Amino acid sequence: MAHALLKGETGDWEMVIGLEVHAQILTKSKLFSGASAAFGAAPNTQVSPIDAGFPGMLPVINELCIEKAVRTGLGLNAKINLYSVFERKNYFYADLPQGYQISQYQHPIVGEGEIEIDLPDGTTKIIGIERLHVEQDAGKSLHDQHPSKSYVDLNRSGNPLMEIVSKPHMNSAEEAAAYVTKLRAIVRYLDTCDGNMDEGSMRCDVNVSVRKPGDALGTRCEIKNVNSVRFVQQAIEYEARRQIEVIEGGGTIKQETRLFDTKNGTTRAMRSKEDAHDYRYFPDPDLLPLKLEQSFVDDIRKTLPELPDAKKKRFIALGLSNYDASVLTAEKDRAAFYEKVANNNDAKLAANWVTTELAGALNKAGKELHDSPVSAEQLGGLLKLISDNTISGKIAKDVFADMFESGKDAAAIVAEKGLKQVTDTGAIEKIVDEVLAENPDKIAEYKSGKDKLFGFFVGQVLKKSGGKANPAIVNDLLKKKL
Amino acid sequence: MTNLTSLTIRQALDGLKKKDFTATELTEAHIKASEAARHLNCYITETFDHARKQAKESDARYASGRAGLLDGVPIAMKDLYCTEGIQTTAASKILEGFKPPYESTVSGNMFRDGAVMLGKANLDEFAMGSSNTTSAYGNVINPWRSEAEPDKQLVPGGSSGGSAAAVAARIAMGATGTDTGGSIRQPAAFCGITGIKPTYGRCSRFGIIAFASSLDQAGPFARTVEDCALLLQSMAGYDPKDSTSVDRPVPEYFKAVGQSVKGLKVGVPKEYRVEGANPEILALWDKGVAMMKDAGAEIVDVSLPHTKYALQTYYVIAPAECSSNLARYDGVRFGLRENTDNGNLNDMYEATRNAGFGKEVKRRILIGTYVLSAGYYDAYYNKARRVRKLIWQDFINAYQKCDVLLTPTAPTPAFAIGENTADPVTMYLNDIFTIPASMAGMPGMSLPVGLSADGLPLGLQLLGKPFEEETVFKAAGALEKAANFTALPQSLMDKAA
Repeated sequence: MAHALLKGETGDWEMVIGLEVHAQILTKSKLFSGASAAFGAAPNTQVSPIDAGFPGMLPVINELCIEKAVRTGLGLNAKINLYSVFERKNYFYADLPQGYQISQYQHPIVGEGEIEIDLPDGTTKIIGIERLHVEQDAGKSLHDQHPSKSYVDLNRSGNPLMEIVSKPHMNSAEEAAAYVTKLRAIVRYLDTCDGNMDEGSMRCDVNVSVRKPGDALGTRCEIKNVNSVRFVQQAIEYEARRQIEVIEGGGTIKQETRLFDTKNGTTRAMRSKEDAHDYRYFPDPDLLPLKLEQSFVDDIRKTLPELPDAKKKRFIALGLSNYDASVLTAEKDRAAFYEKVANNNDAKLAANWVTTELAGALNKAGKELHDSPVSAEQLGGLLKLISDNTISGKIAKDVFADMFESGKDAAAIVAEKGLKQVTDTGAIEKIVDEVLAENPDKIAEYKSGKDKLFGFFVGQVLKKSGGKANPAIVNDLLKKKL
Repeated sequence: MTNLTSLTIRQALDGLKKKDFTATELTEAHIKASEAARHLNCYITETFDHARKQAKESDARYASGRAGLLDGVPIAMKDLYCTEGIQTTAASKILEGFKPPYESTVSGNMFRDGAVMLGKANLDEFAMGSSNTTSAYGNVINPWRSEAEPDKQLVPGGSSGGSAAAVAARIAMGATGTDTGGSIRQPAAFCGITGIKPTYGRCSRFGIIAFASSLDQAGPFARTVEDCALLLQSMAGYDPKDSTSVDRPVPEYFKAVGQSVKGLKVGVPKEYRVEGANPEILALWDKGVAMMKDAGAEIVDVSLPHTKYALQTYYVIAPAECSSNLARYDGVRFGLRENTDNGNLNDMYEATRNAGFGKEVKRRILIGTYVLSAGYYDAYYNKARRVRKLIWQDFINAYQKCDVLLTPTAPTPAFAIGENTADPVTMYLNDIFTIPASMAGMPGMSLPVGLSADGLPLGLQLLGKPFEEETVFKAAGALEKAANFTALPQSLMDKAA
């Protein structure tokens, strides 16, 4: 994709974007305690004394979190660091019970990697990953429950997070959106994060700066906690425009942290660099440095699933268009559904049915793939009936509509309604003869050169057969007789 | 019946087994003694009723032949150990009234083995101090008095001052302590009893209120080496809830006590012979060396060249960790909260921490925050970490030549309450001999070897290789036998008279 430049009064501007994505590791319990990490429980019901920072409490690493972080690192084609260190990031806040967050700083568990993003124009771009580190989440302050008091919910306190930091390799809001989308697909494929941004299990901090093409990097601003792909795009677009206006108005950009206001799509300053905390990081003496065996990493590597890019390439090799392959692999569930449908069926036919007929019907019914009334096996069954000429593609659409309504199998509907395609040449010939006998004038017109009337004859025959006549045989017979 | 409070733990266990007396009688005797010694201020919280209940349960176990390692032994629990449902203060106002909903692993181990808890022992606030004068619940008085100045009240040492004084005053048979830079060994020396800080990682830190996590280690006080061995056997052990605890079996330490030290190599580090040292201490050290030699040990001169940096290094690392460990006392979830009128969170923090923490704790939080700050981090914290490695390497090198090290425990005998408080550094110097082993994580034990000219107990310290507490107990047993320390604190002599 061509470099997207923004037009300003003084010429073109280039955006430089880097993202820090916090992805909650998909585990039952927290990073350093046995309390549940599930979403949506009543406030302060999933809190152990460890999560609440009680005196004498000590963290113990949840091994599954480490395994999933490594798994994610491998999925990002990244270097796995066999030696990593948990450090304390010290600051005071009411929802940070220990007075520090246990995170990784100088020695993250995952180093540099890269992912390929798919852009709307069908091109791809490689985005570098700087690092991935594991850390615990803070609790949640609630400022809107009481006129003068704030409440604290510690359910989230201690939840396991992966912070995935990209390199500043993105130059448009679309690229950033594509990055988040791809990252989400990868962690879902890996089963390391559920990727549910609306529940906060994936949150983005967006770093944006602008510069004249070819210039050195501009001063960046960090927009905190942006919670959807759409908001990421909006925030970047607004922020880049704001920065250009400031610079072109003779001002300078101050390095600062900003908040995205979802109501009006703007960003506003939260704190400047001067107010920035001195986090006083130091190795957490309660946790020994984390040392992994190479065999631990190798064993995880062996269990990696086929990731979206590999799957997409394989689908294209099966004959699917780049677009269909992208759409089908964008979501793990959709890809799995498609593969079940395509099992022993024509790959392209299956792709068409999943991306158009099924997607359309679901959309119309306001349903998601996971609650589709037609299962992948059922849809596969329908396609089989098309392939073996039991029914025509046209009848198949009616059968599908029935399946979607009733949840019945295709074969049952076909049998029930007697929709089996007529392939008996004699029977079809009889209908052909009838149609021809009924339309002598049309035959004359056809013979005088109106070729298009051929379709009329086909249609008449199919209609008379109740749609059941095999269209290929009808074609053959008509050609012969006309 | 013999005087139950003068028994050793071993004697008491034998007596209980033989049904010479009951656990209830043993506990009642100690409760009575505790009540008579309240002026020493050993306990922040007395748990006598709790003790009576535990003693009754212990008697039931003796009756049914299911008695544990420490069954029926009345002890004092340093008030840094969280005890479920029982106020745990760390001697700080900020935790006044705090009742933990959990039990520390070590106290739990001891209760599992039948120990009876008489009370939560006084200490320096958050274990920061060497004289037990920083406690928000008043200082502890050492049961010993100087013959030269018998009216002067002396400190018991610190930070585990209440624990040490209780054992010395015969109001508890043993006690738990914690040692970060000498907080078991120095008060043991000041109070004329024995105390061991085991290897870092030997006892679980779970449920013990943290001062400096990479240094804090639990350990026992008792009046004999063997009693210390019994207590440590109960306290020690791997705990999956503490990632720094070490998974290795716990030996029956008491079996090492009484073993011959023939051929044991005892190192004497020359760097501990500091300039201007108290001649009495040096003389005691020489005496101790001679005793070990007489017992058949081989004396080896060794060098720990980085010893002189240990104190400075400690006063960077320990405050750094403390500044972070104490951040959780913020008035939000437990303990003291000072509300302010303006509803500002930072103001509430300031007011709470200002009212809740004492001067020494504040000083160390400030030092720790400073040494971790951007711009100072490399000069202080990182450098201290590097020096710490060198100190550790010193010990490893020395242990190529010897099995244990013998040094003084403290540079002076117990001093008067109020002394050494004008300049914090003078107070910090109390730990000059104990800090290096803390920095290196090595086990160390103090035991009384003699008296000063003024009749105050003086201790020597035996340091061992990592997880070789048995060797330390063996050497300490030999030294104990040779020293034959039988002196009693004057307060007890008065009573006897």
